[in-house]
This record gives sequence, structure tokens and C-alpha cells, in this order.
Amino acid sequence: MIKVEWFYWLCGIFFVLIALQVLNDRSNPKRVGSAAFWGILGLSFGYGTFVVNKQAPSWLLGIAVIGLAVLAGSGFPGKGEERTTTPAERVHFADRFGNKLFLPALVIPVVAAIFGAWLAKVKLGDGKLLLQTGSATIIGLGVASILALIVGMVLLRPKSPAVPVHEGRRLLEHIGWAAILPQMLATLGLLFNTSGVGKAVGRVTDHLVPKGSLIAAVALYCIGMAVFTIIMGNAFAAFPVMTAAVGWPLLHEQFHGTPAIIFAVGMLAGFCGTLCTPMAANFNLVPAALLEMKDQYGPIKAQIPTAIPLLGCNILIMYFFAF
Amino acid sequence: MWVLLAIAVVVVGFALRINSMLVVTAAGIVAGLIGGLSPVKILNAFGDGFAGSRSVTVFIVTLPVIGLIERYGLQHQARKLIGKLKVVTTGRLLAIYLLIRQGTAALGLTSIGGPAQAVRPLIHPMAAGAAERRYGKLPEKLQEKIKGFAASADTVGLFFGEDIFVAIGSILLITGFVDTTYGLHLEAIDIALWAIPTGICALLIHGTRLLLLDRRLDKLAAEDKAATTEAAR
Repeated sequence: MIKVEWFYWLCGIFFVLIALQVLNDRSNPKRVGSAAFWGILGLSFGYGTFVVNKQAPSWLLGIAVIGLAVLAGSGFPGKGEERTTTPAERVHFADRFGNKLFLPALVIPVVAAIFGAWLAKVKLGDGKLLLQTGSATIIGLGVASILALIVGMVLLRPKSPAVPVHEGRRLLEHIGWAAILPQMLATLGLLFNTSGVGKAVGRVTDHLVPKGSLIAAVALYCIGMAVFTIIMGNAFAAFPVMTAAVGWPLLHEQFHGTPAIIFAVGMLAGFCGTLCTPMAANFNLVPAALLEMKDQYGPIKAQIPTAIPLLGCNILIMYFFAF
Repeated sequence: MWVLLAIAVVVVGFALRINSMLVVTAAGIVAGLIGGLSPVKILNAFGDGFAGSRSVTVFIVTLPVIGLIERYGLQHQARKLIGKLKVVTTGRLLAIYLLIRQGTAALGLTSIGGPAQAVRPLIHPMAAGAAERRYGKLPEKLQEKIKGFAASADTVGLFFGEDIFVAIGSILLITGFVDTTYGLHLEAIDIALWAIPTGICALLIHGTRLLLLDRRLDKLAAEDKAATTEAAR
């Protein structure tokens, strides 16, 4: 069976290789601290396997993670000089390779699609799935990247096999610590849950429920989902809380709404919140970093005017179809 | 109720633009301490949370190949290709991408797009290339606007497409939670079907805004031109 942990190790090895390159990069004024950041991150990815399997203590990884946060807060990782091709060289190469340049980029979605649509369902002789359950997307992305890299190397023939690591580092240094912010936020979600933040918010919304008005109850559930998602960064965290507070007792038990519609639309109301929040870093802040934007909130600003009317649509859809 | 202070830490931290990693870490520690967790339990939560969420960082494995093809002029080629297609404007291109992204996500093919593997190497250079044909060298305001909207097309398409696919995490979460908590037997397909009306609204709203983006870019470019001529005088 192909295990997802293999690909976490691949990520870990990539981070460690980057740490080694950074350590040797004399153009980087912060090379020691930056190498420490990428190195600790790489080792954490491997160590995480043992934490998930309960073979190693979590607190040690916890210390490493807080260490990464402190490094990030102190201005690491920094960037070295970009050593890539000049714009003129790129024009020259583009003329030479032409549309073949798209080939590696297209390998990624094609292979990922094959994994998601077909290989995810393939079973081995012993009845187990070929790919670890629930991880077909991640495994597909990992395999697709490797195949695309092979195609790229054969097609473009860079001078050294270190070139892709070098170029990957260039992109990763643009993203910087934001690369692991999504993981930090997932961790925060876990801590919020165990320490009862969800329940406290639920109690607050209890006081807001108006009596007898269906449209007000629907609006409260949908807007509550969106607002809670903005705070937590994740609609999945908001759903159990808002459903226990409003969705089930009020919309279903009191107003007899159809559960499937209430829950499906309620979750999508939460997604409207995800469009608006820096807490959903992987969807909103990482793209800004990847595109080298000056304003890290640029994508959110482009999304808010869509999120607000869409939230209104959700309220109306639920109001008219579920009751 | 004091545990809500942790949320205040997040809001204030983000508002003051303190380093997000520090803000999030501090908020986590505050939530844990007020919630009565011991320091070791808080550290354990940091470790477990990090190890359990490594999947969101896997996109970085695409970076070496994306960086490699960029080195050999991919973005330039993408611009050149789109420069030839005169009917393709920035807004139309992004609207088509929104449609493709949402459609494929609805079929469960969520990793076809994404900021690392599609927006940075292909979609954004094409969108910027189409704008360059129209306005020449792009002032920063236009560049930022195009980048923001390119990222938004990907995200909106993904969010309101994936929920139409039966075997996606959010649907399994809904059925898993309500079936165990309230003793229902919801069919995943019913949840997925009821994601369609919102999906259509999302496509119409964001698609329209993307098509209108061309006019906004026209306006921004004209304003910028006026400002530079003014400055030159």
C-alpha cells in the first residue's frame, strides 16, 4: 500500500536540502537562523510520523514548533540573492523550448486527476486499497510532482541535478514562514477546541436567538457560521458548534426544516467566511506570498465582495427550500 | 467565558500586524492556559496539531518543478501565447478558469488547480499577459489587482465546486457529525445535491465580477496614466 507518510518524508527531505543550501549561501545575511528554520521544519516532518503513530512524545515536537514560531517572529527565514536566469535569458529559452515548457506543468493536473478519479478506488490482492484511505489527493500530488520533475529534467537538461532544489528554494524563500502558517492555525484550532472556545461562542449565540422568526433564525445560523469561520479560520470547526446551538434545536426541531438542506447550505455559508479571513492562511495568505504581492490581504480584498452577496444567497436558498 | 480572550489575542495581533506565527502561538497558549490545560498538554497539542496537519503543506513538493520551468521561461511563454489570442482579456480568462476550477472540483479533482501548481506558473502570467497587451507595462496597482483576482478565481472555484462532490471532507464531516450526534441517516448525495444552488450563485456572482474586472482595469490604467502625465508636468 502506498502510504501518505512517504510524501511527508519527501517534504522533510526537501526542507533539509534547502537548509543545507541556505547554510552555504553566503549572500544570505541571515543564513544560520534561516538554515535552522528550514532544518527544524524538515526534521519535524519526519518526526511527525512517529507522533501520529504514538511512538514518540508530542511535546518534543511542540517545543520545535514553538521554536519555529519564535524564529519566524525574529525575522527568519531570510532571503539570499536570487540566482536564477535573467529575463533576457528567459526570453531566449522560451523561444527555444516554446510550448514544450507547458508539458511538465500539465503533467501535474493530469497525474493528480488519474490518482483522484481512478487509482483511489483500486484495490490490492489482499482487499486493501492501493493508496492509503483518504489520502489519494496528497499522494497524487506527490507522485505528480515527481513525474513532472522527471519530464522537466529530461526536456530542459539543466546543468546540475541541484538546479530544481535551488529553484524550489527560490520560490519557498518568497513564501518564507507563511508556508507553515496554515499548520500553525490548524494547531490553534485544536487548542481552541480542547479549551472550550467553541462552547463559549455557542453560549454567546444562544442569547442572540430571536423567538418565533424563521428568517431571523436562518440568518443567525448562516451568519453565525460565517462569523465563527472568520474567527477560527475553518468552517469545519464552526459547523459542530453552530449546528448544536442553532441548526438542530431551532431550525430542525422547532421549525421542522429538512436536515440535508440546512446542513449543506450552512456549511457553504461557513465557506463564505473562509473567503474573508486571514486565519485561513493556506487559501488567502499563501497565494499572496506565492504571487509576491505587496499587499498580503490582496486576495481577501478581491473575495469579500463575492462572499457577502453569496452569504445572502445562502440565507435565501435555505429559507425557501428547507422549510 | 474568559477563554474568549484567546480570540481577542488573535484579532488584536492581526490588527496590529504583529508576526502571524507569534500571534497564533500566543493565542494557542492563552487558550490552553485559561482552558485549564497543563503546560505539557499545551506542548502536546502543538505537536499533535502540527503532525496531524502536515497535509496542508504538501503543496511545496510542486515547487522544484515549477521553479525549474520558470527558469527556462515558462511565464514568458504563457504571456506570449495569450498575447496572440486577442479575444482573451484578463477578466474573460479568469472567468473561464473559475468555471474550469469549479467544474473539475465538482468531479472530485481538487488538485488540478491550486496557487502553487496553476495560478503562479500559468494563470497569473496569462492574466497579466492579456493586460500587458492592452495597457503596456503594468503599474503596480494593476499588477496587485490582477494577482488578487487570479488567486480569488482559484479559491472561489475550489470552495463552491468541491462540495458538490460526494466524497469530499466537508460532506463526510457533515454526515459523520449529524449521524452520530442526532441519530440521523443522511445520504452524502443529498448534501452534495443541495450544494448545487449555492455553487451556481457563486459562479454567477464571482464570474460577473471577473468579467467586470476588465472595466476596472481600464479605469485604473487611465487614472494611472493621468497621474503620471500630471507628475511629468
